[in-house]
Amino acid sequence: MTEKKHLLSILVENEPGVLSRIAGLFSGRGYNIESLCVAETADPLVSRITMVTIGDSFILEQIKKQLNKLINVIKVSDLTGLDYVGRELVLIKINAKTENRAEILRVIDIFRGQVVDVGQDHYTISITGDTEKISAILNLLKPFGIRELARTGSIALFRENKSK
Amino acid sequence: MNKLTGAQILMQMLKEEGVDTIFGYPGGVVLDIYDELARTDLRHILVRHEQGAVHAADGYARATGKVGVCLVTSGPGATNTVTGIATAYMDSIPIIVFTGQVPTKLIGNDAFQEVDIVGITRPCTKHNYLVKDVKNLAKTIKEAFHIARSGRPGPVLIDLPKDVSISKTNFKVPDDVELRSYNPTYVPNKKQLEKVVALIKKAKKPVIFTGGGVILSKAHKELAELAKKTKIPVTGTLMGLGGFPGTDPLWLGMLGMHGTYRANMSVSECDLMLAVGVRFDDRVTGKTDEFATDAKIVQIDIDPTSIQKNIQVAIPVVGDCKITLEMLNQLINKENTDDYEQKHKKWLDKIKNWKHTTPLAYNQKNVIKPQYVIEKLYELSKGEAIITTEVGQNQMWASQYYHFNQPGRFISSGGLGTMGFGLPAAVGAQAGMPDKLVVDIAGDGSIQMNIQEMATAVQYNLPVKIIILNNGFLGMVRQWQELFYDRCYSSTKFVHTPDFVKLAEAYGAVGLRATKPKEVESVLKKGISSPGPVIMDFVVEPEECVYPMVPAGAPISKMLLV
Repeated sequence: MTEKKHLLSILVENEPGVLSRIAGLFSGRGYNIESLCVAETADPLVSRITMVTIGDSFILEQIKKQLNKLINVIKVSDLTGLDYVGRELVLIKINAKTENRAEILRVIDIFRGQVVDVGQDHYTISITGDTEKISAILNLLKPFGIRELARTGSIALFRENKSK
Repeated sequence: MNKLTGAQILMQMLKEEGVDTIFGYPGGVVLDIYDELARTDLRHILVRHEQGAVHAADGYARATGKVGVCLVTSGPGATNTVTGIATAYMDSIPIIVFTGQVPTKLIGNDAFQEVDIVGITRPCTKHNYLVKDVKNLAKTIKEAFHIARSGRPGPVLIDLPKDVSISKTNFKVPDDVELRSYNPTYVPNKKQLEKVVALIKKAKKPVIFTGGGVILSKAHKELAELAKKTKIPVTGTLMGLGGFPGTDPLWLGMLGMHGTYRANMSVSECDLMLAVGVRFDDRVTGKTDEFATDAKIVQIDIDPTSIQKNIQVAIPVVGDCKITLEMLNQLINKENTDDYEQKHKKWLDKIKNWKHTTPLAYNQKNVIKPQYVIEKLYELSKGEAIITTEVGQNQMWASQYYHFNQPGRFISSGGLGTMGFGLPAAVGAQAGMPDKLVVDIAGDGSIQMNIQEMATAVQYNLPVKIIILNNGFLGMVRQWQELFYDRCYSSTKFVHTPDFVKLAEAYGAVGLRATKPKEVESVLKKGISSPGPVIMDFVVEPEECVYPMVPAGAPISKMLLV
C-alpha cells in the first residue's frame, strides 16, 4: 500500500495534558507527525489541532480510530481529498546585502509577503499561503542565504457549501 | 448544604458507586484519606506491596464483575502500581487507582515522594486525572467509574494532591455522567448482521472464535445459544476461557501458540470465522499472512480500534458482544429453516477425528508431571474452583488441563503476561468471592515475584491455595532455550530456591509437599480442605515442555507436537 500525506483536523477538550496524550499516542504506536498546530476555537473549552501525518490507508484508519478512542478527543476529520482552505504562516530571516535588497523585495512582492523587520544586513519576512506557495518562495529565497526559519505548520477548515 | 473535605467526598463517592472493598497501602500524602477511611465501614485490605494492591483489585474485578479499587501513596507508591495498571489495561479490566500526590503548590518542584504519575500512566490507562480543585473531585470520581466500566473497560487513575483531600467544599452527588467526547457504540448496525446471517447460512466449515470481550460483556449465554443452534464449533483465546463451556462437545479448546491441534487446524481450514470480542493477538494468529486464509472473517467488538488492526476482516461489526449476539440470534431464529446438524456433520466429524488422533497428552511415569497435578486438581475441585495463574508454563498447563464452564473462573494476565500476578489476584478474587475455592497455579519462579502477599492472605484469612509446579527453572524460557537456543540454559536455572513449605509456615500458612506421583492426590486433598491459606509444593519433572507449540512467527497450523 502506498503512503500518503493526510491532513487531519481534530477537535479536542481544551484541557491540560491533551496534547501529550496525542503526541504519546503517535510516538507509542510509531506513527509520524509531519506538522502540528494547536489553538483554541471560538469555544474556549475546545481546541482545534490541525495535523499533517503520513501513512498508508491501513495506518490512517488506525490513527483515526485511535485518536477517536482518546477520551478528550471530540471529533476527527480527515480533510484529505475534500474541499478545504489551508494556510501556513512562515517567518524567514534572510541575508539582505545592499546589492540584493531590490531583488528580494521583488520576490516578496510577487508572493504578497511582507518585510516585518529590517537590519543592516537582513530582512525578516512574513508569508502566508498553502504549502506549495511556501515551498516555492523558499526555493527562490534560498540563494540569498536563509539564516532562520519558523513555520506554523498547516491550519485548515472544510469549505462549506456556498449556496444556501 | 454541608461542607465536606476531599477525603470525605472520596468516601461518600466510593459508597455511592457501590464499593465495599478496597486494596491499598498508606503513606505520607494519603494520611488524611486513611484517617477518614478508619471512620467508614469500607473494608480496606492492607497489601504488602502496591503492585499487589492493583493485581488484587484486578483479580477482584475479574472474579466479581465489579470495578476493583485501590489506594496508594505518591512517588514510589504510585510507580509500584504501574505494572498492575498495564496488566489491567492490556486485558481491559475495570479498576480505579487512587494515588496520593504532593500538595498542588509543590507539584513540579521535585518534592519528596513526587512523581508525575499521570504522565507515566497515560499510555497504560483508559484515562487518568489529576484533581487540582476539590470542587471537581466528586464529578471526576463519577466520570472515572463510568469510563472504567463502560465501553471496552479499562483502568482509570485519579491523582489526588494532599491539599485536595484536606480542603472543603459543598458536596452533592453529581448527576449522571455525560461526556460529549466519549460514547461507546453498544448497538450494532443491523444491516451488517444480516450479512453475517447470510454468511452463516452459506458456510460449510464455520468456526466461532471468542475472547475476553465475551466475558467482559457477559455474553456467554447468547454465545452458547448461537453455537448450539447453528452447530458451529467454538475456540477461544486465553482471555476467553470460560466464555463457552469447556466440557461442551462443540468446544475446540484454546487456539494459538499453545492451542490444541484441533483448534488450530479448524481455524486454518475454516471458511467462516465469527470473531467475538477478540483482538487477534500475535500469540493467537502466529504468522498473520497464513491465518485463516480460506475464511471470511466477521469481527464483532465494541472497540473500533480492535477491528482491522492486525487482520483484514470481511464484515466489521462495532457493538457490545452481548447485544450483538442477542440480535444475531433473533435474526437466525426468524428464518430457522436450515438443518445445521446435517449441514456441519462432515466438518464436525473431521474435527472429532483431529481430537482423536492428536489430543492433548503427557506421559506420567516416576516423576510428577505438572499436567497431572492440574488434571487431579480439576477432578478434585469438580471444575468449580476459581483459578488464577502466574505466567509461563504454569499458565499454559492450567489453560489446557483445567476446563472452565463459566466466565470469571479463569483469572490470568493474558496480554501483558505479568509474572507475580497470580497470588495477589487470588487474594483479590477470594476477597470478592469468600465462599469459593480460589487456587493460584504458580511456578517456582513467578510465585517469588509477589510472595509477600502471603502475609495479606494470612492476615485477612483469605484461604487461597497455591500450587507451585516446582521445576527449578524459569520453565517457559528454558523451553524456548531447549527448542530454539541449543539448550543453552542461560540464567534460567534457579540454583537456590527457598523451602516453600517452611516459607508457608513462616508466614503462618500451611505448607505441603509432594515429590512422588502417588502423593499428588493426598496433598491436593489435604490442601484444598485446610481452612486457611496453603502452599502446595509439587516437585515436578524439571524439563517438561508445553505442547503443542507454534514457534513464534510460524503459521498456527505448523505445530510442534510431543
